[in-house]
Amino acid sequence: MIRVTLPAHLRDLARSGPEVQVEVEGPVTQRAVLDALEAQYPVLRGTIRDHVTHKRRAYLRFFACKEDLSHESPDAPLPDPVASGAEPFMVIGAVAGG
Amino acid sequence: MSGVRVLVGTKKGAFILTSDGKRQKWDVNGPLFGGWEIYHMKGSPVNPDRIYASQANDWFGQVVHRSDDGGKSWDTVGNEFVYNGDAGTHQWYDGTPHPWEFKRVWHFEPSLTDAETVYAGAEDAALFRSTDGGKSWQELSGLREHGTGPQWSPGAGGLCLHTIILDPSDPERMYIAISAAGAFRTDDGGKSWKAINQGLRSEYIPDPNAEVGHCVHRLAMHPERPNVLFMQKHWDVMRTDNCGDEWHEISGDLPTDFGFAIDVHAHEPDTVYVVPIKSDSEHYPPEGKLRVYRSKSGGNEWEALTKGLPQENCFVDVLRDAMAVDKLDDCGIYFGTTGGAVYGSADSGDTWMPIVESLPKVLSVEVQTLG
Repeated sequence: MIRVTLPAHLRDLARSGPEVQVEVEGPVTQRAVLDALEAQYPVLRGTIRDHVTHKRRAYLRFFACKEDLSHESPDAPLPDPVASGAEPFMVIGAVAGG
Repeated sequence: MSGVRVLVGTKKGAFILTSDGKRQKWDVNGPLFGGWEIYHMKGSPVNPDRIYASQANDWFGQVVHRSDDGGKSWDTVGNEFVYNGDAGTHQWYDGTPHPWEFKRVWHFEPSLTDAETVYAGAEDAALFRSTDGGKSWQELSGLREHGTGPQWSPGAGGLCLHTIILDPSDPERMYIAISAAGAFRTDDGGKSWKAINQGLRSEYIPDPNAEVGHCVHRLAMHPERPNVLFMQKHWDVMRTDNCGDEWHEISGDLPTDFGFAIDVHAHEPDTVYVVPIKSDSEHYPPEGKLRVYRSKSGGNEWEALTKGLPQENCFVDVLRDAMAVDKLDDCGIYFGTTGGAVYGSADSGDTWMPIVESLPKVLSVEVQTLG
C-alpha cells in the first residue's frame, strides 16, 4: 500500500484523515499513485491535477523522502521507501493565505 | 409559514441566513466550505431544497457542491468543465492571443422547469449545462464559437460569464453577459447566439457600432416583462425594451453611474435598484455613504435609500452578483458588501438593517422565498 498525505482542504473534501493509503499495481510512479488516489476518492479529480492535461496544479507540490519531486516526470519511479510504504508521498499546498 | 433563505458566497466560505416572513430576526449558519472562495450559490426554483454552490480556489481549482435538503448537508458533484474541441484563443489584456483556460464557475442558473438542469457561467467565458443535477457538464459552445470569441478580452476580474437569465415566457431564449465582451442572446436554446450590444457606449471603444467589447457588469429582468432588461455597465445604467436589440441609457440623476449590482422589485417591473460606486478605480460609494438608489419609473429618476445604511466612513463595494430580491409582499431586498456585511430590507428598500456585519468579503447573494 502506498501512503499519501493530503493538505487540509483536500482531507475535508475526501472526508479522510491526514494520510490515506492507496493500492498501486505495477510501477509506483506519480501518475500511478495519483490515478489510484483519484479512483479511490473521485472527489479529488481536478483538485491536484488538471482534468484534461493531468498536469500538476500550479499551487501544489509533490514531496517524498525530503525531496521535491514536483518537476520530475510523472512516469519516473518514486523512491523505494514510498513504493514500500515506509515513507509517504506528500501533496503539499503552497503556503500562502490568499 | 413563509420565510426566506439568503445564500451568501464569500471569499472564505458560504453562509446561509434564514428568517421568517417578518425578516427581522435571523439565524446565521456558516461558514460552510470554510477557507474556500464560494463564488455563487443558487437554489432551484422547482425544488428549493436543491442548491448548487461554486467552490473554488487557486490551489485546488473548481469543486461543485450540491445540497438536496436546503443547505443542511452537501455532496460534491461533477467539476469537470472542458471546452469543446480546440478552444482556441481570446484576447489578453495586452491584445495578444491567449489560450482559453477554465478557471472557475462564476454563476449557476438552475432551470425554471427542471430541477436536474442547471447552467454554469465560467471563466474563461463559456456556458455549460448539466442535465443530471451537476454530475456532468457539457459546454454550449455555440456561444464561444459564434464568431466574436477571439476578440473577447478580460475585465480586471477575468474573462467571466457572470450573468445568465432564463426567459420564463420562452424556454428557448436565454441571455448572458460577459466581462468584457458584452451581452448575448440565444433564441434556440443555446445552439446559436447573437451579440446584443447596440446602443452601448464605452469611452475605450471608438466604434459606436462595435459588436463586442463592452464591459457589462450585470443584467436584470422582471419575469412578467421578459422583453425588458436592465443593465449595469462599466459606467452607465441601461435599459432595453426589445430583448436587447437596442439599449438606451437610464442613468438619469444618479450621483454616479458606475456600479456592479442591479436588480428589479419582485412585484413592480419598473422598480429598479442599483448601488452607485464612485468610479472605475475608486470602488466605494460616493462620499463614504452607502446608498442604494431606487427608480420607480424604470430609470432616469432615482431616489437615495439610506435609512439603516452607514452614511459616513463607508468605503466598501457591492459586487455584481451580491444583490437579490425575495418574492414576499412587501418585497425584500438584500445585498452584501466587500466589507463583509449583508443588509436586508423588508419594505422594498425604504428601511434597511444589517443581518450580519463581519463576514469575509461577500462575493454573491441570492435569496429563496420559502412557504
